[in-house]
Amino acid sequence: MLAFILKRLMTLPLLMFIFSVLAFILIQAPPGDFVTSYVAELAASGSSVDQLQIDALRQLYGLDQPAYMQYFKWIWRMLHGDLGISLDFQKPISELIGQRLLLTVLLGVATLIFTFAVALPIGIFSATRQYSFLDYFFTVFNYVGVATPTFMTALILMWLAFSQFGITITGLFSPEFADESWSWARVIDLSKHIWLPMVILGLDGTARLARILRANLLDELNKPYMEMARAKGMPEWRLVLKYPVRLALNPLVSSLGWYLPLIFSGSLIVATVLNLPTIGPLLLRSLISQDMFLAGTIVLTYFGLAVIGTLLSDILLAWLDPRIRMEEA
Amino acid sequence: MRPTLTIERCQLGSESFVNNETILSVKGLKTEFVLDEGTAKAVDGVSFKVDRGQVVGIVGESGCGKSVTIKSIMGIIQKPGKIVEGRIFFRLKQNEELVDLRSYDSRGEEMRNIRGNDIALIPQEPMAALSPVHTIGNQLVEAIRLHRNISKKEAEKVAVERMRQVGMPSPEERMSVYSWQLSGGLRQRVMIAMALMCNPRLLIADEPTTAIDVTTQAQVLSLLRELQSAQELAMIFITHDLGVVAQIADYVVVMYLGKVVEKGPVDDIFHSPGHPYTKALLASIPTIHTPAREELPTIGGSLPHPFNRPMGCPFHPRCAAFIPGTCDKIPPTLTKISSQHSVSCFLHSENLVDTQ
Repeated sequence: MLAFILKRLMTLPLLMFIFSVLAFILIQAPPGDFVTSYVAELAASGSSVDQLQIDALRQLYGLDQPAYMQYFKWIWRMLHGDLGISLDFQKPISELIGQRLLLTVLLGVATLIFTFAVALPIGIFSATRQYSFLDYFFTVFNYVGVATPTFMTALILMWLAFSQFGITITGLFSPEFADESWSWARVIDLSKHIWLPMVILGLDGTARLARILRANLLDELNKPYMEMARAKGMPEWRLVLKYPVRLALNPLVSSLGWYLPLIFSGSLIVATVLNLPTIGPLLLRSLISQDMFLAGTIVLTYFGLAVIGTLLSDILLAWLDPRIRMEEA
Repeated sequence: MRPTLTIERCQLGSESFVNNETILSVKGLKTEFVLDEGTAKAVDGVSFKVDRGQVVGIVGESGCGKSVTIKSIMGIIQKPGKIVEGRIFFRLKQNEELVDLRSYDSRGEEMRNIRGNDIALIPQEPMAALSPVHTIGNQLVEAIRLHRNISKKEAEKVAVERMRQVGMPSPEERMSVYSWQLSGGLRQRVMIAMALMCNPRLLIADEPTTAIDVTTQAQVLSLLRELQSAQELAMIFITHDLGVVAQIADYVVVMYLGKVVEKGPVDDIFHSPGHPYTKALLASIPTIHTPAREELPTIGGSLPHPFNRPMGCPFHPRCAAFIPGTCDKIPPTLTKISSQHSVSCFLHSENLVDTQ
């Protein structure tokens, strides 16, 4: 098991290298560099920058050098913990992203837990009571969940909450806590607000996972080991949980690999609609204002989260299934 | 009140069907599968008994109802299958009265306490019957801890002991191994060890040698025979292989399309078979005297569709001794041709004694 994890960890630097190249190409894709757009912006507002300052800026970001050198400088600074400065906000990127990243991960993990906590019982129930009334009910519910875009759900709930109860349900904090530093009161305030975006973001994934689990379980429920467990005198619910659910979990856990990044990046529109202080809306704004280093850093962060998600699901899968564990170790 | 069957009452029947040594007595068992397309009578009035220390072989081709019979006995028939008629008498303890297992809820605690504890199953495909993600030890320990209130440590001791009993090399190490790391023969030994975990009174082996090669087959058979005679176990052995039956069974029940067509002591069945189906089956076994490169005799035709059973004798469309006007009109009944040997065929109807 340890060998397996180490082997997986060793592929991390390579993956991050490839992704950093991709992110850099994305940064470089738009015409011009951001010093030109910066100068243009300043010129538009009436002030002028002398050539010395421009050159200094170009040198600071290494823009006078060939692309591969620029890449290495960017990476070199990144490796030393310097993410650079956001052009748009005129603040260090690390300062901008820091708390938003924490909230993004928090919301993502909460959504993931919600998804599994709801999808597992629904999937198990639907499979063991196939074609029952509740199975049909959940099937309809699941299709609606899969088919409705999450931002749509967010808009409908916002409208309902406002028109029926006169409350606004945006953000992750009450106004008085929004710019506060962390305290117990702020954590409690967060827990009061996080559940709604969690439910909205998790609805789609819950519906999908419940469908997957139901289908997997239906395959497992007729296997001979079920009969063997019954012949041993095992109570029905206990054997369902011990054998088929355990085996049906494998495909579900491997879906974590794509589901986790999906929660992080997929939350962009919902986070914008609900005005959440996560990195999604920040990416949107940085793309609009051509704040390319900020955008690059966020894109790379998404890559990083995706890699971590896949790694976690691989480790979890190996832990769950000895066949995978022993084959790859 | 659960219905019980006393020996006296039973002897009032047509024959002294049950004696002091009888462990299991199945009477007129009927199990049906109700599907949209129709009703499949998988088991259609099967009766037989098993005594202590006796091996009863149930023989028949695929789909004749062998497996459904034993699943009915164990109460693990799944929907849409259902036992519609008949009684399954089982003696839980020596010198106690027989109880009708059908009077218990098949998923209830009483029946669950019997399954795996008093009646144990050796399944057909050990690979599929073992979970690939749980260790052998885990599944063995589970088998005993479902029925005995003992610690995990003690259960592990019993498991190692049973594995040693079934000839598993280095049993301690095998406890932490997974099913797919074992060979076919060892896997079947694990299944046998699992069946023996709780010292059952009745062992049911459902084609335990089908999934393994011939050499290993012989080893597994002799192991089963050894264990069975050493502990005077009652055993039902299901197979489609008459050669295997000859090696292991004391008494043979031949089934065709859910019905018992012939039953009797193993020597009678092999030396003086009464039913044309049994004769045809025996004729299709290759022997050492069979000339090389000669086609073995086969039974013509094929199994009728379960929803479309022939009238009269179920075997008549394929029977060599078919009597037109009789076999396709009237269903034959089991008839005694000697004290322990019965045949369900009109060829033997001159000594008509209903053994139902």
